[in-house]
Amino acid sequence: MWPKRWRKKSGQEQPGEAAAEPRSAEAAEIAEDAPSDPPPEQRDAAPAAGDVGNGKREGWLSRMRKGLSRSSGKLGDGIGAIFTKRKLDDAALEELEELLISADLGVSTAAKMTAGLAKERFDKEVDPQEVRAALAEQVAERLEPVAKPLDLDGSRKPHVVLVVGVNGSGKTTTIGKLAKQWADAGHKVHLAAGDTFRAAAVEQLQIWGQRTGAPVTARDTGADAAGLAYDALQQAQREGADVLLVDTAGRLHNKANLMAELQKIVRVLKKLDDSAPHDVLLVLDATIGQNAVQQVQTFKELVNVTGLVVTKLDGSARGGVLVALADRFGLPVHAIGVGESAEDMRPFSARAFARALVGLDPEE
Amino acid sequence: MFDSLQERLGKVFEGLSKVGTLNEKDVDNALREVRVALLEADVALPVVKQFVADLRERAVGQEVLRSVTPGQQVVKIVHDRLAEMLGGEQSEIQLRKEPPTAIMLVGLQGSGKTTTTGKIAKRLKEKQKQKVLMASLDVRRPAAQDQLRQLGWQVGVDTLDNVPGEPPKAIAKRALQKAALEGYDVVLLDTAGRLSIDQELMDEVKEVEAAAKPSETLLVADSMTGQDAVTTAQNFQEAVELTGIVLTRVDGDARGGAALSMRQVTGRPIKLIGVGEKLDALEAFHPDRIANRILGMGDVVSLVEKAQESFEEEQAQKLQKKLEKGKFDLDDLAQQFRQLQKMGGMQELMGMIPGLGKMGKQVKNAQFDEKAIGRQLAIISSMTKNERRRPEIIKASRKQRIARGSGTTVQDVNKLLKQFTEAQRMMKRVKKMGKKGLMRHGLPGMGGGGGGMPGGGMPGGGFPGGFPGGRG
Repeated sequence: MWPKRWRKKSGQEQPGEAAAEPRSAEAAEIAEDAPSDPPPEQRDAAPAAGDVGNGKREGWLSRMRKGLSRSSGKLGDGIGAIFTKRKLDDAALEELEELLISADLGVSTAAKMTAGLAKERFDKEVDPQEVRAALAEQVAERLEPVAKPLDLDGSRKPHVVLVVGVNGSGKTTTIGKLAKQWADAGHKVHLAAGDTFRAAAVEQLQIWGQRTGAPVTARDTGADAAGLAYDALQQAQREGADVLLVDTAGRLHNKANLMAELQKIVRVLKKLDDSAPHDVLLVLDATIGQNAVQQVQTFKELVNVTGLVVTKLDGSARGGVLVALADRFGLPVHAIGVGESAEDMRPFSARAFARALVGLDPEE
Repeated sequence: MFDSLQERLGKVFEGLSKVGTLNEKDVDNALREVRVALLEADVALPVVKQFVADLRERAVGQEVLRSVTPGQQVVKIVHDRLAEMLGGEQSEIQLRKEPPTAIMLVGLQGSGKTTTTGKIAKRLKEKQKQKVLMASLDVRRPAAQDQLRQLGWQVGVDTLDNVPGEPPKAIAKRALQKAALEGYDVVLLDTAGRLSIDQELMDEVKEVEAAAKPSETLLVADSMTGQDAVTTAQNFQEAVELTGIVLTRVDGDARGGAALSMRQVTGRPIKLIGVGEKLDALEAFHPDRIANRILGMGDVVSLVEKAQESFEEEQAQKLQKKLEKGKFDLDDLAQQFRQLQKMGGMQELMGMIPGLGKMGKQVKNAQFDEKAIGRQLAIISSMTKNERRRPEIIKASRKQRIARGSGTTVQDVNKLLKQFTEAQRMMKRVKKMGKKGLMRHGLPGMGGGGGGMPGGGMPGGGFPGGFPGGRG
């Protein structure tokens, strides 16, 4: 279901050139964003869908590499500093464990991984490259089972995707990007502006609606989100949409009343389609630390999260907590965000992620 | 999901029989646990290392207070140092004498800048009676400017009208111009979220800084941030002259180790914290509270402090002597009640004991009446000295007099006397546990106030008899 350009296209890539390319393409988009915020009546004239992707097809991988390696540079360098061909002894293992900890893997996961490495190679002469590769392998092994793209079920009209998460994790942007990609791939997309709490969240989604040509069901800020979701599903059903993306207000998982509100949205959707929502995506910010574990646990328990999306992986954060999450919950990681444009929402590749995490070229 | 530091340390010190001073080996073992606890709380590794090294110096050789366990003692040392490092110059937003004061907010995407801008505007307007202008320099995120405008309506603060296509630097200049012309005291500049490694955008924020010369540049950061806190803080610190940090989503359940990381890396104070979605949910920062959270524990620290304050050793010893003789009278019971009052009521106390948070709730459910302690004290004070020393002489007519004197009923007096007999029985049991038991576990009949419950847990049927006011 994912657009073809998501797939690897290593052949054409010139890392150097690609590194320069995306920045300017992004700048073009930024310039385009500015006028995209005129009074409502002018919005129709706002950005034509399609410019967003132009000129960026090449280089996404190197973008991700750039992003991820910027973030994992330290980890990579760190490993280089520990192992310039030396014995893998206790001290070395401890340093290695610390490096994994500083990538947000968490204390216990980091310990498990170094223990795994120790089992195979303890007291052997190792070089940095070897250690990196071995670590990447371990990480990839843990992540492989969860790297599953989000498949739309064509038999469902529409396939309902509910998007949840704490405030600021990037839900609305994720929806915008997914909508754009699915629309470009020929699906009929419908959006529900269910964040009726945050000021201008509705407008934000409406702009994405214009960019993608997807109809948006919206009400004023402050309206009942569950009622809106119901209307949106009804409308999407009527229009024969292939997919309905339901945005929700950001909420901290420890707020019982807000979580109950979310459960209400689910209940209400079921009134129209008892198999809905077909997917519940939890959006996590890559900068998050160990609290991600509590977040996943609570959201999963209360609204039956079916998969994760990790955003902002192009920053300096490494998102290492994903490894701990995979270990503990085994929830699929459907996509990662590595940039600001729609093209920068990618399927999650365990191997590329793992290699970038330890400072290796994700491609090799 | 994580063991609290208190529990970990409990395990470390389990086998420790003699308590005097903290020796190196104990401290090292304890510090290993401290390290893990801090890392699990998302304090960044370099900061943890530095912290632990510093702590080691402080802890070795410290004398353990008699009324607390070594574990609690270490927690206290850790906590104090944490709070010290988090705190320092406690400062709010500084306003310039000559308006307008420009305040710039920077941070990663989704850290909560725009909401925080609205909250600060409200705070300045309402608490400090400032005329505030807000300007959104976010020309990137769709509808970001709408968002600030709507927040402006909500809090009754003006926002700068946006001109499509205007770059951030120009917006900032225009905002300051407008402020100068129209007599605004404060201009809040809400910048776009940016990655700290995005050179181009960091340059842009530098330009804005150069143009606006803000007297405050606040880094807005999510309290859920992990190890990346260090990198982010460092990069922003290098790019602009940060003056403080605003920590958001402190109402979540993240341990908030990022606070320490960023405080350490930037050397800048945490000025404000966001504690809810409502626009008035912005508070001054209390180092103590965050320190407690980072340690993931109930308030052991204040428990220790309170224990230090209110357990005057002398009194305890006096009581102990009496107990050794098998004597425990109503004066002693009154003494305990007063102690209990001083330490804060039962609920508070239970909340402070790690692992007993749940029990605290049960206590709440059982509706322990804090006022009951006062009534019990009144009853005892209405007795003669003789009656207090020899409760067995209190018969019907005396009871009536006592009830009248204390404004209670004979039933209340009976209840108290019954509780006293039970407390006495408890005391005898405690006597068998010996001196150490008493000192280490606190006074019986007080819910094990000094740390740990008598006999290692709550007796099945609720509180020991000496505890007043149980209605359940």
